[in-house]
Amino acid sequence: MAPLAPWIKGTLLTLGSIAVTMLGLLFITFIIGRVMPIDPVLAIVGERASQSTYDAVYLELGLDKPLLVQFFYYIWDVIRGDFGTSLLNARPVSEDIARVFPATLELATLGVIVGIVLGIPLGVVAAVRKGSWIDQIARVIALVGYSMPIFWLGLMGLLIFYGILGWVGGPGRVGIFYVDVVPSVTGMILIDSLIDGNWDVFKDAFSHIVLPASLLGYYSLAYISRMTRSFMLEQLSAEYVTTARVKGMSEWNVIWKHAFKNIRVQLITVIALSYANLLEGSVLTEIIFSWPGIGSYITTALLSADMNAVLGGTVVVGLIFILLNIFSDLLYKVFDPRAR
Amino acid sequence: MNALNRLLTGAAISVAVSLSSFAAVAETPANMLVIAHRIDDVTTVDPAESFEFAGSDISRNVYSRLVNLDPNDLEAGYKPDLAESWEVSEDGMTITFTMREGVTFHSGNPVRAEDAAFSLQRAVILNKTPAFILTQFGFTPENATETIRADGNKLMITTDKRYATSFVLNCLTATIGAIVDKETVMANEADGDMGNTWLKTNSAGSGPYKLDSWKPNESVTLTSNPDYYGGAPALERVIVRHVLESASQRLLLERGDIDIARNLNPEDIAGATDADGVKVVDELKGRLMYLALNQKHPELSKPEVRQAFKYLIDYQGMRDSFLKGQYTIHQNFLPATYLGASDENPFSYNIEKAKELLAAAGVENLEVEIGVREAQERIEIGQSFQNAAAQAGIKVNITVGTAKQILARYRARELDVYLGAWGPDYPDPQTNAGTFAYNPDNSDEANATGLLAWRNSWDTGGLTGKVAEAVTEGDRDNRVQMYLDIQAEFRETSPFVIMFQQIEQTAMRDNVTDFSTGQAVTSAAYWQVTK
Repeated sequence: MAPLAPWIKGTLLTLGSIAVTMLGLLFITFIIGRVMPIDPVLAIVGERASQSTYDAVYLELGLDKPLLVQFFYYIWDVIRGDFGTSLLNARPVSEDIARVFPATLELATLGVIVGIVLGIPLGVVAAVRKGSWIDQIARVIALVGYSMPIFWLGLMGLLIFYGILGWVGGPGRVGIFYVDVVPSVTGMILIDSLIDGNWDVFKDAFSHIVLPASLLGYYSLAYISRMTRSFMLEQLSAEYVTTARVKGMSEWNVIWKHAFKNIRVQLITVIALSYANLLEGSVLTEIIFSWPGIGSYITTALLSADMNAVLGGTVVVGLIFILLNIFSDLLYKVFDPRAR
Repeated sequence: MNALNRLLTGAAISVAVSLSSFAAVAETPANMLVIAHRIDDVTTVDPAESFEFAGSDISRNVYSRLVNLDPNDLEAGYKPDLAESWEVSEDGMTITFTMREGVTFHSGNPVRAEDAAFSLQRAVILNKTPAFILTQFGFTPENATETIRADGNKLMITTDKRYATSFVLNCLTATIGAIVDKETVMANEADGDMGNTWLKTNSAGSGPYKLDSWKPNESVTLTSNPDYYGGAPALERVIVRHVLESASQRLLLERGDIDIARNLNPEDIAGATDADGVKVVDELKGRLMYLALNQKHPELSKPEVRQAFKYLIDYQGMRDSFLKGQYTIHQNFLPATYLGASDENPFSYNIEKAKELLAAAGVENLEVEIGVREAQERIEIGQSFQNAAAQAGIKVNITVGTAKQILARYRARELDVYLGAWGPDYPDPQTNAGTFAYNPDNSDEANATGLLAWRNSWDTGGLTGKVAEAVTEGDRDNRVQMYLDIQAEFRETSPFVIMFQQIEQTAMRDNVTDFSTGQAVTSAAYWQVTK
């Protein structure tokens, strides 16, 4: 038998690795869900239910079967594309996720854009002007970003920019006038309103997303700027940079065409991680801004022992990490010839 | 978010608000009512299954019942709704309802006695959690079609024995008494589920509002029913937005982006009270906070010890501090505003009296475990009690756990003391009398986990018979007196230390009138609201 072409082998290895990772992730989540001190039956029937009602639901959920058998049934359904229905609200989990994930995707994407656009230049300048006032400011910004509780910052942001100044929209994705005004195509209101050509909805949705996205962007910015500064400092002290300067190359070219070019690969990892963290959903941000995203969806489901919803959410988050990893690997190959 | 964080945030917001004024206040549309509320407890909107607070709010506005409570006159009790009148047979076991003519469902189908019979039969046959409200009258999945039947414009229901008419009719005002559109529901039946799967997320009612959409943990949208037999509601649309965080609800309210905020914590209520254009309305709810002593415990079962515990609660101290505005002192199992409720609160915080009672019982060095679910107010009540008990020489070990951990042990009669809350299921005194003071079989084998008296291994003695008599008493005044007597005996002899009744504080824009959360007896109603 002829050996497999390298690209086929590579693809098969990647797919195999995805399958094993997902299976492991689901198994661990499943077991954690089952050993947690929350009773899914009680969550459904309530405290007042008679023993017979309780027993009927217990059997209905298949909780009388061994754990491994329950897990096997679940995996079998997932392979066939069925994530089951939410134990609590009886809706298909896939429908729920299709509703909440775009909200998170929209928020996280804007957030990471803010983080990249502001964080990278800030990190580069802080490294180039090491010890200067700009560096000190960048350090303070990052420190505050790392240490300030997000719910507090969120509430203060709401109070100042929404409550007092009235510059932005309040909690929720759109104002009450614009609820369900544009048809849902992607589930991302900014994009859907553009598709529909409805500028009023776009402006209103933007006014609602700008604050939570800036808040998440700030946390991304803190991480990205610190990492950029650190990577750049390492490059700027390298001999090739000194050589370039000695040869009379302009400072702009030294920084951006030499030093920065060499940190792109590391930055991709940092940005991918930052983006993945935002895509997991920031529970507290979602709570404060009444943003119906995947973070609060999974948390609510977990606290209610709605395991189908938890596992469905876990699959999505797991896939995000895997896909962003694959995407990072591909970019490595684009930016770093040694990785090809 | 923990209490400290809440406090810090509340304080920060209060300071900031006091230093500045809000931007120009917006206004919700004149024909729309916008409410911020925690609606993550809604698991279904099928009235045969719905048993949570926010779900009951939806049902109350979407479905009419045979008899109903008027949100503007809750004290009057049940009144005719889809049933124009009723008659009780001589033996007191059959009630014949005459249906109101000319009423239609949202689908346009006429409301018939057949729909009413189907709705009640369906609730019994599906046997979901709230089914006990109907099955306690002897209806079973097997006999439902014979005991609940329609004949032309009449609906007849026949109970297994004579009950007080007020008891039966009060139960029919509960969510499970909602009348659904048989044709629409059965058109959506799947696998013999009597439309349960479809009705979990859709509606088929004839009430003042139609359910437009329910997005779990996001929003509920209702549109007025212009053909509602009682007249179209003043507000054409009601939007209930899920806003979890109290501070966010307050900001939305003070900015005028919502009309009503239903879940403000005490700090935010205090802040909102001073805000321009906002008013705070208090309503007594049915939830009671209580301690229960397991009568299997040799010391806790002594009458003097049961009495002593009732003097170890700092009722006023707690009411005026961390429970301020949220609870009022109440020491009876029927919540205030219920038929037969008593306002006698004879116990007060008295360590010396408790010590005397303990000494009389010969109890020394008592050590007990108290189970508390992980809710801030309950933990604080537990700590206050622990402190008071220590002064009387009782060591109290607090075990904090999740609902599963604590309730499982409580239902298995394993806890020495349980600190918990209880809310009535339907607006009749039997709902609480039948669980606090009724326990026909106290043996472990009875496994009557639904009865609080059984959970605490308390043989209620003569009270069980008295409760059974009270549900059959036809005369309303006599019935009231019976419950007053039962509660007087219960206060003195029971192992329950009932402490507080909940107050719901709702903040709203000051142009909103007639909004009712339903007090202790029912759910929120929107159709009478104007602004």
